[in-house]
Amino acid sequence: MVKLGKFFKGLYVVLMGIFLYAPIFTLIVFSFNAGKSRAKWDGFSLKWYAALFQNQTILQALYNTIIIALVSSLIATLIGTMASIAMNRMKKLPRQVMMGITNIPMLNADIVTGISLMLLFIMMDFALGFTSVLLAHITFNIPYVILSVMPKLKQTDRHVFEAAQDLGATPISAFFKVVLPDIFPGILSGFLLAFTMSLDDFVITHFTKGAGVDTISTKVYTELRKGIKPEMYALSTLMFVTVLILLVFINRRRDRQNEAQKI
Amino acid sequence: MKNKKRHSLGQLLLAGPYTVWMVGFIVIPLFLIVYYGLTNKSGAFTWENITAITSAVNMKALWLSVELSVICTVVCLVLSYPLAMILANSKMKNSSLTAFLFILPMWMNALLRTLAWLTLLENNGVINTILTKIGLPTIHIINTPTAIVFGMVYNYIPFMILPIYNVLVKLDKNVINAARDLGANAVQTFLRVILPLSIPGIISGITMVFVPSLTTFAISDILGGSKILLLGNIIEQKFKTANNWHAGSGLSLVLMVFIIVTMVISSHYEKDGESANVW
Repeated sequence: MVKLGKFFKGLYVVLMGIFLYAPIFTLIVFSFNAGKSRAKWDGFSLKWYAALFQNQTILQALYNTIIIALVSSLIATLIGTMASIAMNRMKKLPRQVMMGITNIPMLNADIVTGISLMLLFIMMDFALGFTSVLLAHITFNIPYVILSVMPKLKQTDRHVFEAAQDLGATPISAFFKVVLPDIFPGILSGFLLAFTMSLDDFVITHFTKGAGVDTISTKVYTELRKGIKPEMYALSTLMFVTVLILLVFINRRRDRQNEAQKI
Repeated sequence: MKNKKRHSLGQLLLAGPYTVWMVGFIVIPLFLIVYYGLTNKSGAFTWENITAITSAVNMKALWLSVELSVICTVVCLVLSYPLAMILANSKMKNSSLTAFLFILPMWMNALLRTLAWLTLLENNGVINTILTKIGLPTIHIINTPTAIVFGMVYNYIPFMILPIYNVLVKLDKNVINAARDLGANAVQTFLRVILPLSIPGIISGITMVFVPSLTTFAISDILGGSKILLLGNIIEQKFKTANNWHAGSGLSLVLMVFIIVTMVISSHYEKDGESANVW
């Protein structure tokens, strides 16, 4: 009975795993398809990987995607961490007002955030293009940073910061030597989360981009009707595998550190 | 006194950039939607953009959006809860690894992943080929609302699994043991102890699945064959194809009513209003 229960539990987890990873597996398989078809297998080939590095528009979209994700999450991490430190010291009411507004982009629909920013840029006569997308991404990334850093700040002991100052540290050096190491895991996870969100975003980019500027998401969307170029499958396979290797590596290192701490 | 002044200056320097950003890029843009939604092209006040929702096409799209997103939310909840429970009770207590498995798919473009389902589900797609080979009846769901729900569930289920898992994994095992010691059976323990304690996770999951599925336009575009219009599709067309920002904003305001209701309900269950952190 217990064994049977265990079997069904395992089966359920596996089935859900298949559900989540089946399309990823499909895309990887079709990136090696010799034909252009998304439905028929015509034999193994690496030609789309070769074609990918010749395709300037896709490479440009990849470049835009990565630069926007990197710059927007870095700026968001800086602004968000600063704001978190300030908010942590605020009185309850202003803090709650600020947290309430911070929650808006997270809870609001992407389409509403997207069009609201589009209207802002149009009203300001700000040309829709690379910069407008970047500003939009910073906007929706900051809340993820704040929500990652705030819990860590709440856990830190204020007295340690004060004690460091009593012992002669300037507030700035006390911050960098005492507070920052404590909240760093939160900052890092906020940054990674912001980076992921920016990389995966389609809706907000769709509304805030101008003609001629594309990220991978918007490129895929415009290609949907004309038929996706198989180079896209090759590109997403490469990106996925890179991230997979990176994350497995980070996880293994973390496990090893945990082991070392136990000893 | 001097110290206090320095302190508030530091506070200002830290909070300043975000406050300006917040007002400029979150608050003002929302008011712009309200402004555009309540004016016509010549800038005069009108309710027209809002009442446009009562037209047959828009009403149908709104109703379909609500219907599909409710179904999607229920399906996600039913599928996620057992999974979150199994994962939370498993020996694999490495929560970062579990979360990692459900966030990892996000690193492959969501539109491409949804498109891959088209390949799998098509009338002569991969799944039907397999079904025919083993002698089972084939499925014909592509270009139907069912396919859209399928795509929604696929895209948003991680947002249901993670918050429920996070609540369940932090649940004090002593409380469960106490209930069992006091004579509750497994079903009673679940219904009267585990389930009530996991409500915050459920509510946060419901919000995070319901809002995006109510407002999507890309999933219905891909799996609905652009013949089935959700409210999100209509708003998107108003902005991107028709260039009628007033009409689009008006419909967005209607959409926001639903979002605000969802937010109010969910914030009711959240402690301090500061714990929307699902990760």
